[in-house]
Formats: sequence, structure tokens, C-alpha cells
Amino acid sequence: MDDHRPGIDPEFTALPLRDLADAALAQAKSLGAQHADFRAERIRGQHIGLSDGNPQTLIDADDSGLAVRVIVDGTWGFASAVDLTTDAAARAARQAIEVAKVAAAMNTEPIELAPEPAYGEVTWVSAYEIDPFTVSAADKVALLAQWSNTLLAHAAVSHVDASLQQVRECKFYSDGVTTATQQRIRLQPALTAVAVSDDGRFDTMRTLAPPVGRGYEFLTSRQLRDGAGWDFEAELAELPELLAAKLRAPTVEPGRYDLVIDPSNLWLVIHESIGHATELDRALGYEAAYAGTSFATLDKLGSLQYGSGIMHVTGDRTAEHGLATIGYDDEGVAGQSWDLITDGILSGYQLDRRMALLKGFGRSNGCAFSDGPGHMPLQRMANVSLQPAASGPSTEDLIAGVDNGIYILGDKSWSIDMQRYNFQFTGQRFFKISHGRLAGQLRDVAYQATTTDFWGSMEAVGGPQTYVLGGAFNCGKGQPGQVAPVSHGCPAALMRGVRILNTAEEGAL
Amino acid sequence: MTTASGYSPQETVERALAAARSDDCVVIAEETSAANLRWAGNTLTTNGVSASRQLTVIAINRHGHGPGHASAGVVSRAGVLPDQIEDVVRAAEHAAAEATPAEDADQLAGPEQPGSFGIKNLDEPGWDSPPGRTEIGVLRDFAATLGETLRAAQAAGRKLYGFAEHELSSTFLGTSTGVRQRHDQPTGRVELNAKSADLERSAWTGVATRDFTNVDIAGLDAGLAGRLEAAKRAISLPAGRYETLLPPTAVSDLLTYLYWSAGAKEAAEGRTVFSKPGGGTRLGERLSAQPVTLSSDPRAPGLACAPFVISHASGPDSSVFDNGLPLSATSWISDGSLAALISSRHSAEVAGLPVTPAIDNLTFATSAPAAPALEEMIASTGRALLLTCLWYIREVDPQTLLLTGLTRDGVYLVEDGEVVGAVNNFRFNESPVGMLERLLEVGATVPTLPREWGDYFNRAAMPPVRVEGFNMSSVSQAS
Repeated sequence: MDDHRPGIDPEFTALPLRDLADAALAQAKSLGAQHADFRAERIRGQHIGLSDGNPQTLIDADDSGLAVRVIVDGTWGFASAVDLTTDAAARAARQAIEVAKVAAAMNTEPIELAPEPAYGEVTWVSAYEIDPFTVSAADKVALLAQWSNTLLAHAAVSHVDASLQQVRECKFYSDGVTTATQQRIRLQPALTAVAVSDDGRFDTMRTLAPPVGRGYEFLTSRQLRDGAGWDFEAELAELPELLAAKLRAPTVEPGRYDLVIDPSNLWLVIHESIGHATELDRALGYEAAYAGTSFATLDKLGSLQYGSGIMHVTGDRTAEHGLATIGYDDEGVAGQSWDLITDGILSGYQLDRRMALLKGFGRSNGCAFSDGPGHMPLQRMANVSLQPAASGPSTEDLIAGVDNGIYILGDKSWSIDMQRYNFQFTGQRFFKISHGRLAGQLRDVAYQATTTDFWGSMEAVGGPQTYVLGGAFNCGKGQPGQVAPVSHGCPAALMRGVRILNTAEEGAL
Repeated sequence: MTTASGYSPQETVERALAAARSDDCVVIAEETSAANLRWAGNTLTTNGVSASRQLTVIAINRHGHGPGHASAGVVSRAGVLPDQIEDVVRAAEHAAAEATPAEDADQLAGPEQPGSFGIKNLDEPGWDSPPGRTEIGVLRDFAATLGETLRAAQAAGRKLYGFAEHELSSTFLGTSTGVRQRHDQPTGRVELNAKSADLERSAWTGVATRDFTNVDIAGLDAGLAGRLEAAKRAISLPAGRYETLLPPTAVSDLLTYLYWSAGAKEAAEGRTVFSKPGGGTRLGERLSAQPVTLSSDPRAPGLACAPFVISHASGPDSSVFDNGLPLSATSWISDGSLAALISSRHSAEVAGLPVTPAIDNLTFATSAPAAPALEEMIASTGRALLLTCLWYIREVDPQTLLLTGLTRDGVYLVEDGEVVGAVNNFRFNESPVGMLERLLEVGATVPTLPREWGDYFNRAAMPPVRVEGFNMSSVSQAS
């Protein structure tokens, strides 16, 4: 563990966690479960929202509970409870057994789990310096109000929405051979400026600052201990002029353009078209009725030309400050890093222990997660990242190689089909590229492509100096619906000949 | 009833209010239980039961300058034990002491509120009744029938995928001004997706249910089997604008998004499709030539939802100060014209509009006589696309409320009154506001389950509609 990492929330570790696990696991075993695992969790969240510098939303949430998952005669059973008592833990184990027995009527595939080494008693804490829950809400509101007022001071800005989400997640897992106590912190700041013109047109522009697996220091330090932070002052200083220019920018001419895509936009394309498409549960059809399946089916492993030969994509649970980073998943599997796409070819999947054994992968790569004690773990997304070229170009160099194109920054609208073929994205900022130089902003831009065509059109990736870890707090999947935080690192990239739509024309009859 | 925690939710409300030292206080105690089953490829995938208990305390400090000068602190905590209730109250009071004045500050509702407030809904249990609860037994018979259906599908060469869930939430709301309101909300659904063995053909159906007594899983599967048969003739069509028949579930997903976008505050600020250029809102403006009404009613038969405001946090058009306010039937669109926008008391004042808070159901209907069923609309069609449902709907342009998304699990070509085959999927770019302008026909309203938003918005009644020139922007290879 990093020497700078704080300890786990003492209120959480003071709970009778081992007694709860012992009660649940013993009850499950005594009733015939072939496998049982136990989780207890405490998830603290705070959401702050300001409208035009005035506090609008401030809520503190503190969610806790326990969960028991069993396998009985080859069938899953799951139950959760809110009370952290040994009686409730044992009762949940009995309920999980009952659920398995009811569900057995519709099960035809016996559940077995891939082996994983026993780790004994382990702890893990994410890398951060200042727990945001030690900072007063008044100080956070004051900071967001100050930032909002900085934007509102500009004549072009009519309104400002500001928000800050913070989470401290404490998780205790035990399956009898591995007992992991873990904690991670994350936060997501966002400011959106709104401009309304006299003729009724309006537009918005949001900060590009990503959600991070860091503490409050991300908001207050331009220079972090382990590297550069986010320069909010600089971004807020340029935002109003950028927004004003966007509002008066010409509308885009639809057609095919070369695109230089900033990491602040490209992370979301990675998430939708690679992250979800390389989830093995989707490829096997387990999400077919809801989130969907994947064109990257298992028979294509090792042969599917996903993109151009410069495409190298990894999955990991280990990237420092990654939102999906953790020591051990909800099946006691240690965090790992692996290839998903190598030299443009599909080379791996995200796995849990059941699928790893079922499909001959041998070992899970640690992607079983639940978003809280109330839900059964699913295969959830690792940090999925596009690797930079070791001596790759700068963003300016990429732009210099484009004669007629668009430079896109920031994520906004996104949508992709249920097999991850056809997607459409917009962004926050679109700059026209003319003869290798930026030539002002454009409005009404969306790009639309098929996943393999898009990644096949990737001619160049930037160097490590362009690499940024982006991501989201709220990746949705599963029924009942679960959300998960996940990061995606990537460099800037150059795509050739991508279809651009004019959204104003799309909306007109 | 005393729960495992030691106190009933009603006692929890009273204890919290008794412990409060702030000028005003709102307490929301909720007990929720749920049971679910999920299946894929004709076998079980996941399942579970869960129970949660949530206490939310809203402490309000008045600043002595009238009802509009107050600050509020909100703390919500799960699994609170009797000896922790006061801790939650103190935490909320601490948050209120730290907070700057709330722009939505107002007096709390009281038992003397007019309208439906305080009038007991005879269908609901009284304040003193124990909270409702569901458990896996609700699904026991369903699971057995489903198991038989899965085996039959397997034998017939179909693969079934789906999800069944039942949830029961009991909410108890109390305020220092004397409000005592309680609402029990059952929510259930079954979604069933059938695919051909080669996965090339797909069909979907969904049912919202309060108690699973109206769910015929074998019947749903039989309907899907028929649609898979109808899809055996594959027809490739290019992107373009098509006359399109949207079934009720697709209509519900588009109009639910419209409803969520109909906030008074941001409309008045000039930043939504319902803003009037130059200032104000488009209230009163005609959106459709059809005599259609989009409405919400907490007492709508089969769609009943909370008849009073339950607000855990303030937002653009919600306010913790509004907790307990009565909700009554509201028409958002009346006879084709924009009639109301979602508002709290505060945002209504800012926008200069009547107070019309959000309600957790939605009905769209025509007042035209003899509205046809979908089958009749198909029979009277010359050439049109017939959709099953929509997916991955996201906002592209708030100026026009342009949405993008996909068709899913069955697009059919109708010619001369008959379905002649299955068409490839499309990505659409359409605005529900623009769609209202281009409604050619509105059918009979029926209960439906929004495919996309059913996780969050379960109670809807919608008609099938015929739309002129629905914008299919590109072809999707997904099947």
C-alpha cells in the first residue's frame, strides 16, 4: 500500500464485520450451500448543486447493508439486509437459500466458479490525500459559488450550473478464504455555462475536468503530489469566450471529415464501443434483453480486426486514481491488468469467476462488482484504456496533419446500438481544422459511425503527453439496474473520413 | 408493527420530530423490499431479494425575515437503529447551520392544506398500518411457470431472455407542522425477449404490474413466437424519413423524455424547447393539430402513485419545502396545446406559472372519437414502418429536444394493411415535440411499460401513433 494512503473509515472497521460474515457463511453452509460469500458495505455520498451561484441541492446520503450470495445445487441465490447484526446476516443467508430453491425451477446451467488463490486477511485503500467528507459543505459550496460567479461575471454567460458529487465506498468481503476490507474515494466536479441570445438561441459549455479517483485535493491543487492536477482557474477563465464564440459559430456542413479527438471526448467512445463490447457477459447474451449483446463474440477472439494496427487497448483494475480500480473484486479476485485489443485485434474479455471457468479462461480477471449491498454482483467494466504511442505526436502535430477536419473536445450526447455497432456522439467544443490549423468553432456537430469502421480509420494516436484519464460515475447495466464508476485513459487520436451530421438539420422536417 | 430495527417507520418519524431542535423539520421514513428473477438463453442468470430502510431528515432554520428566509440541511441514511435517530437529526441540523439561505425557502405544508391534501385515499392503508412488504414467494408460481415456458421455448428453437421484479415501498412523511402522510407503492414488471436460434430475429414485450396477477408469461411467449415467424422474411431498407407506426411503449419512452424536459425554471430561463424566444415560456402554444392530452393523475386507475409531494432534495423544479403538498390531476398538454410545466412552488413563482409539481405517472390520449387499436391502424396503412420499441435514447439538442436512439427487437414493413416482413434496425434522430406536430393518427390509449425508462418510470398509458416522416438517420447492423 502507498505510504500516503489514509486508513479505512474507523466507523466502518468498528462494525462487527467478521462476526457478520461468520454468521452468514456458517448459516449458508449448514443449509447446504456449496459456495457462499458475504459483503458488508457502507457508501457515503454527498451531492452539491448550485444554480447561478446559489445553493440548490445539498444532500448527504449514508447507505449501508449486507449481502449474502450462495450456490445451492448449482443455482445462485442472493439476499441482502439493511441491519448490520448477526441475526440479520443469518436471516439473509436463509433467504438466499430460499431464493435459490425458487429459482431452481428455471435454471439449466449449474453454476461453478473458477479457482482463485486464497489471500487471507487483506486491506486496500485507494490513492487520495484529502477525504472530501472531512471538508465542510460550506467550504465546498463557497468554492463552487466562487467559480460560478467567475463565469457569471462575463456578459456572454446567462446561467451557470455547478455540481460536485463525492463518494466514499467501504467494502468488506469474505468467502472464508479471502477476507478483504477496502475503501475508495471518488469525486466529480462539473460547471456548465449557458448562453441565451436575444433571438432565443441558446447553447451550453461544460468544463472538461474528468471525474477522478482522488480526494478533495483535485479541486484545490493545480500541482498534485503525484503529478499535475486540474487547472480550474485557467479553464474557467477561457470558458465564457469559448461559449460566446460557439453561440455565434457557423453551423457545420454535413459530410465526411478527418477528426482529431481529444481524450475528453474519446474516452466515452472507448467506453461504449470497446468497454461494453468486450464484456464477456454481453458477448454470451446474458444482457441480451436489456443492455444488449456484443458484435465481438467469443468465436472472434484472436481474429476480429477491431481497428487499425496501432490500436492497443488494455483492461485494468490497477491504474492509480482509476474509478474502477480496486484491490479485490466482489468474488475475492485480485486486481489485474490485461490486453483487450492488441495490434488492432480482439485479444481479451472482461470476466467474472463463473464465465472464466465456463469458457475456459482459467482465471477471472476480477470484474465482478455490485453497486451496493442491495444487488448481486455482475460482470462490470474495468478501466478500459487506449494506449498512447511511446514517442507519439502532440495534439498540435495531429492537427497539423489534417487538411479539412474538426477537432472535438468534451463529451455530451452519446448513443450506441444493442450490439455496439452503430454509434453517435456529440461534444462540448468543435473547432474547424483548415490546412493544419484551427479555424474557429462550429455548431450543431454530431459524428456517427460503425465501431470497427471508426477504429479502423484511426491513423495516429498521440504520445503520452496527450494521455488523460477520463471516465464516468454512472455506467448503467443489469436488471435491477446498477451503476458503476469507471475510468478510460486515452491519448488524442486522428481518425480519417468520419461521417459528420448537422444536428439542426436532423431535427428539422 | 415493530421492525427488526426496533421501531416502526411511524415511530421513527415521531422520534425524529421529537428530537428536532430546528425551527422546522421534515422526516421521511421509507421501507422498501424487492424480489427479482433474471434469465437469458432459456436459463436463470441472477436473482435476489433485498430489503432497505431509509431515514431522511430535513432540518430547517428560519432567519426571522418571513417564510422565504430559511436554510435547510438534508441527511439521508440507511439502516438507522433507534439509538441513531437523534444522530441523523443532529447531522441534518448541522448541515442546516452550515447552509446558506435556500432560494426555495417557504413555509411547510400543514394539515390545513386545501385540495386533496390530508384526505385519506381509501385504497391505501392508514398511517398506523404496518409497512407493506414483498418477498420471493410473490414470484414462486411465476418462476415455476416460467421454467416450463423456458423449456418449451428451448424445444421449439427459441431463446428467451428477460427479467421479472416486484418491489413494494412504504413511505411515511411527517413534518413539524403536523403533516402525517403515508403512501404504499407497489411496482412490478416483466420483460420478455425472444430470439431465433441464430439470434438474427428478435422480439420483445413488457408488462407493468402491481401484483403479478395480470402476468401470463406463456401467453407473452406465444405472442413473441408469432412475431418471430412474421420476421422470417427479411427486408433491407435504407435510412430516410418514413411514415411510422409507433406502439404504446415507444410513444411512452419519447413522451416521458418530453415530460422530464418540461421544467418551468429552465424554460423560463430560456434554455429549453419550451422557452419562448425573447423571454417567457411557450405555455398556451399549440404543439399538435391533434386533440391530444398529456396528463398525470396520482389516482389514475391502475397507475396510482403518491398523491403528495415526496422530495428528498431540492432541484430546479423540486423543493424539500414542498413535502406533503397535495398532488392532483394535471394536464401538461391539453387539446394539443402546452398547458403546464413541472414546477415547485419556488420555480412556479420564478416562472410566473401555477404550481404543478411532478407526478409519477403519465397518460397520453386523444379526445377524437373511436380511436383505433394498433391492429386497426396497421390494417388501414398503405406503406409504413411498424416499430416494436426504442432504445438508448439520448438528448442531442435541447433547443429542439432532438433525441437520438435505436429501433430494437422488431421493425416491420407494413404494406396494404399487412405486415410483409422484418426490416433492419435504424438509428433515429427525432424530437418528440416535432413528432407531436407530425402526428397523423392517434390510437386508443392502453397501459404500457416504457422499454427504455421502465427502470425509473413504470406507470404509463399511451396510444399507438402514426407519425409522418420519422427520421431514420442511419442503418444499424444490430439484430
